[in-house]
Amino acid sequence: MSDINEGKSQVRPVKKIKTKKSKHTLRAQWGSSLFLIPSVAGVCLFFFMPYLVVIYYSFVDNPISKNFAGFSNYVSVFNNLAFKTAIKNTGVFSAIAVPLAVLFALLLALLLDNKIPFRTQFRTFLLSPMMVPVASIVLIWQVLFDYNGAINSVLGHFGADKIDWLKSDKAIIVIVVLFLWKNIGYNMILFLAALSSVPQDIIEVARLESAGSFKIFFMIKLRYMVSTLVFVTIMSLINSFKIFREIYLLTTDYPYESVYMLQHFMNNKFKSLDYQTLSAAAVMMSLVMVVIIVVLFKAEEHFSKDLDS
Amino acid sequence: MKKELDEEKQNRKFARAGKRKKIAKAVGLSIATLLTAFISVIFLTPIVLTITNSFMSASEMASNYGAIFATTANGGRKFVSELVNLKFLPDMVSFSQYGTVLLRSPEYLLKFWNSMILVVPIMIFQLLVAAIASYGFYRYKGKVRGFIFFAYIILMLMPYQVTLVPNYLVSDWLKILDTYWAIWLPGIFSPFSVYLITKYMNRIPISCIEAAQIDGAGELQIFFRICLPLCKGIIMSTAILVFIDYWNMVEQPLILLTDTEKYPLSVYLSKINSGEVSLAFAVATIYMIPTLLVFLYGEEYLVEGITYQGGVKA
Repeated sequence: MSDINEGKSQVRPVKKIKTKKSKHTLRAQWGSSLFLIPSVAGVCLFFFMPYLVVIYYSFVDNPISKNFAGFSNYVSVFNNLAFKTAIKNTGVFSAIAVPLAVLFALLLALLLDNKIPFRTQFRTFLLSPMMVPVASIVLIWQVLFDYNGAINSVLGHFGADKIDWLKSDKAIIVIVVLFLWKNIGYNMILFLAALSSVPQDIIEVARLESAGSFKIFFMIKLRYMVSTLVFVTIMSLINSFKIFREIYLLTTDYPYESVYMLQHFMNNKFKSLDYQTLSAAAVMMSLVMVVIIVVLFKAEEHFSKDLDS
Repeated sequence: MKKELDEEKQNRKFARAGKRKKIAKAVGLSIATLLTAFISVIFLTPIVLTITNSFMSASEMASNYGAIFATTANGGRKFVSELVNLKFLPDMVSFSQYGTVLLRSPEYLLKFWNSMILVVPIMIFQLLVAAIASYGFYRYKGKVRGFIFFAYIILMLMPYQVTLVPNYLVSDWLKILDTYWAIWLPGIFSPFSVYLITKYMNRIPISCIEAAQIDGAGELQIFFRICLPLCKGIIMSTAILVFIDYWNMVEQPLILLTDTEKYPLSVYLSKINSGEVSLAFAVATIYMIPTLLVFLYGEEYLVEGITYQGGVKA
């Protein structure tokens, strides 16, 4: 620090005022940073420090002998058949569920954005699945989608064959329906908020210039909603990684292969105490998540800039 | 003369066009209403069915859903009808299931209380820690602030697959595995509330704080007298979101608890053995009640809380 100041003596008066000011703010900073301590300490103890150990474990052959193993854990995770299945299934599920969740939520938000009667009641109804614990409604899902269930009974009237929804490749459809049912309300609320923040005067002007509803939506509203759209998409993607809960409650520990997800893989590794594989998988997953989150940040920055100009 | 006639014609034409537009608008609105109503009914059906079916007597349950759940005493499947008979309303309203759940099988009530004991402390203390930390993030403008906050957001968005591994390790060291502390402590320090409350607090104009400082208020006074009262609404919203999230938890108890006696009702519900399935709807309904009450009471808060989540930037 001192050798930087040497040879810059002419700026010293300015600097003096600056240090005086920063001394004052420094005390305030010190005071306010105390408020952060409980939370930061807790996060360090329960998430950050053990995460460092997880990274360490991912590079050793096992947590007891602790021999450095290089990337062999990562390689073995990648060659693990169950892991590949889990990645593939999670990917397929997200690829189906996320676009549907975004699209349906957007359409519902547009419907509710009209001046239809009972708007608030409809919003309540559409949001209510979010409140209901999954464990409470899996029973009804079983009644509906069982081999002898209600859906097959209805399909039977139309002469269709019975489908074993939960124990075939169709299981993913059941899970997607459950995911949509649960998540659309949340997304819809975000879209409604974005729709209400579109400046009304611009829409009025467009209407005076005789632009149709479709044109107004695609040329104006959508432009204002892009950052929300990105946010909702990425949140849905992240939520779709958490789908294990629904599958577990519907099918318990042994799901049909097409709905064997990443969390199932992790649970099995917990059970077999295979910490090094578990750690390597967790580290890889967290890297993927960080990439997704950084993309979210950049996209938001980009689109909010786009609107300002 | 002709000109006047033309004008009148024109006016009539406009009036007719306006009328047509009005009709088109009304038709559009009613279609939108019907569509929304239809979708709302679909969304509500599973919840309503669970509740109405909980009022079925055991024998009615067996005759309707025997094809799925019913088992005979020696474990074989007992087929009453080949397909289920999904009913919106029971033939006869019966409270017998509730009677059994509430009076004769205490294990369900016990699991319900397990859920409560797990969730309520997490909710209260997470909010407490978060409110304090949010004030720190609001006031502290040092170099590491941005970095810490970014780390919090990443942690918040991490799925359980990742965060449960470090949680498990630390619980193992602290010898709190298989106790509620293993779920309470990571829950209390979960960064979600910090993120949401900080985001809200950042909208408090700094001039408010400066005015208070000029009047001689210290940091503690500013926090308790200005920031906390202003953040009442968002704290309620966050409390509701945290409550739903943890009331619904499945992954944490599965991994961190081995004693099934300690399981919350959410996990236990999926393990109801087929003999007791007739009770399951009643238990499921009881399990829904707290969240539905919270929803009825605080829907506006919930909506506000979700709205504030939009966009990650604080």
